[in-house]
Amino acid sequence: MPTPGEFYQRDRTRQPPALTPGYKTTVARSPRFAMISLQNSASEITGPVFGHADVDPGDRDLLTNYAQPGQGPIGERIILHGRVLDENARPVPNTLVEIWQANAGGRYRHPKDTYFAPIDPNFGGCGRALTDENGYYYFRTVKPGAYPWRNYVNSWRPAHIHLSIFGSAFVQRLVTQCYFEGDPLIPHCPIVQTIPDPDAVEQLIARLDLNATIPLDTIAYRFDIVLRGRRSTLFENRLEGN
Amino acid sequence: MAQKLDYLKETPSQTAGPYVHIGLAPGAAGFKIYDRELGWDIAGPNAGGERIRVEGMVIDGMLSPVKDALIEVWQANAAGIYAHPEHPGEVEAGFRGWGRVITDFTTGAWGFDTVKPGAVMGRNGRMMAPHLNLWIVSRGINIGLNTRMYFSDEEAANAADPVLNLIEWERRRATLIARRDDSGALPVYRFDIRLQGEDETVFFDI
Ligand SMILES: [Fe+3]
Repeated sequence: MPTPGEFYQRDRTRQPPALTPGYKTTVARSPRFAMISLQNSASEITGPVFGHADVDPGDRDLLTNYAQPGQGPIGERIILHGRVLDENARPVPNTLVEIWQANAGGRYRHPKDTYFAPIDPNFGGCGRALTDENGYYYFRTVKPGAYPWRNYVNSWRPAHIHLSIFGSAFVQRLVTQCYFEGDPLIPHCPIVQTIPDPDAVEQLIARLDLNATIPLDTIAYRFDIVLRGRRSTLFENRLEGN
Repeated sequence: MAQKLDYLKETPSQTAGPYVHIGLAPGAAGFKIYDRELGWDIAGPNAGGERIRVEGMVIDGMLSPVKDALIEVWQANAAGIYAHPEHPGEVEAGFRGWGRVITDFTTGAWGFDTVKPGAVMGRNGRMMAPHLNLWIVSRGINIGLNTRMYFSDEEAANAADPVLNLIEWERRRATLIARRDDSGALPVYRFDIRLQGEDETVFFDI
């Protein structure tokens, strides 16, 4: 049985570059020198391990995790679910997935968000869960609203949920956003447009999943996440060396 | 046509945005939701080695502090062992070696307490000097930035470090070395992360 080795190099053609002037904040925050490429060492192929002592089962339910007893947030009730896989299509089990989002009106529970839409007293806007042994995760929440932001004077974010995923190694660490099928704002968004490859943009659009809806209760969207895969050390590339 | 390879492709990154705190540090966003917030205790109570503090700023291309960044740290214990099943060796009970901090909303300062890591066995049996692995996300950063922090009092180990030696320019290498300050009760290492400019921090494509 080959032992797992280094991770595949990140395909930068599908990732946003640091400098994307259409998203104006990147102009002063983008490194300009070339990154130094590192072959994996123990520092890169390891990463934090989380377990059931870190996360409560109720943390994944945004309909209840900040609501007053007997109440709930305003908005369209949705399930966001899918699998975390690696590039070899193998599930990534027991990995931490954290999400955050605006409420149904497009307002975040955050001191720096001053948009007119009201705070929802029954909605915090964050959740977290560990994937199961098949890499599967799910959250229950409300569909976030679109909101305006100061980039161009008329820039609107499409409805989106922010996600953070760990994987098993520090090289797999990923923060991204998922969008919703059919949203007409997606192609206009300067943050979406930071991704140069249209096929890669499609990978961020969650799909309506009628088979996973709960009839008369909650609609479902499917969002699979792919983390970097790794080689099997068939013959060489042993990190430990000799 | 040749056969197709059936690999999947890594999900693209998107910026963590200005409200990253809600998801990853809700206490800092001003509300209590989880019983246990993750990442504030890096080393735990039982870790051996020297207790240290690390402090710095994230500075943008206009020389202004970035006040909405989030930094994660990943480090070995004082014996050079990572708390991970693939790294041979044991760590102290409660040692995770991972933490996250945010930059202060008004000053932009960040800092955390931990233990100084030991040297770690690198590729081909070459020792890597003690270092912290850092990952930075924020509004205006499209994909998380990876860097390493080394220690100014490890001159010999730094000089032999296989990663520092990949950096051709002495001046750029210096951007990865935190300065030790022994004037307080706890040794403090000062490490500023510069996103742009002549002294731009070295970032790694790992
Ligand atoms: Fe957002």
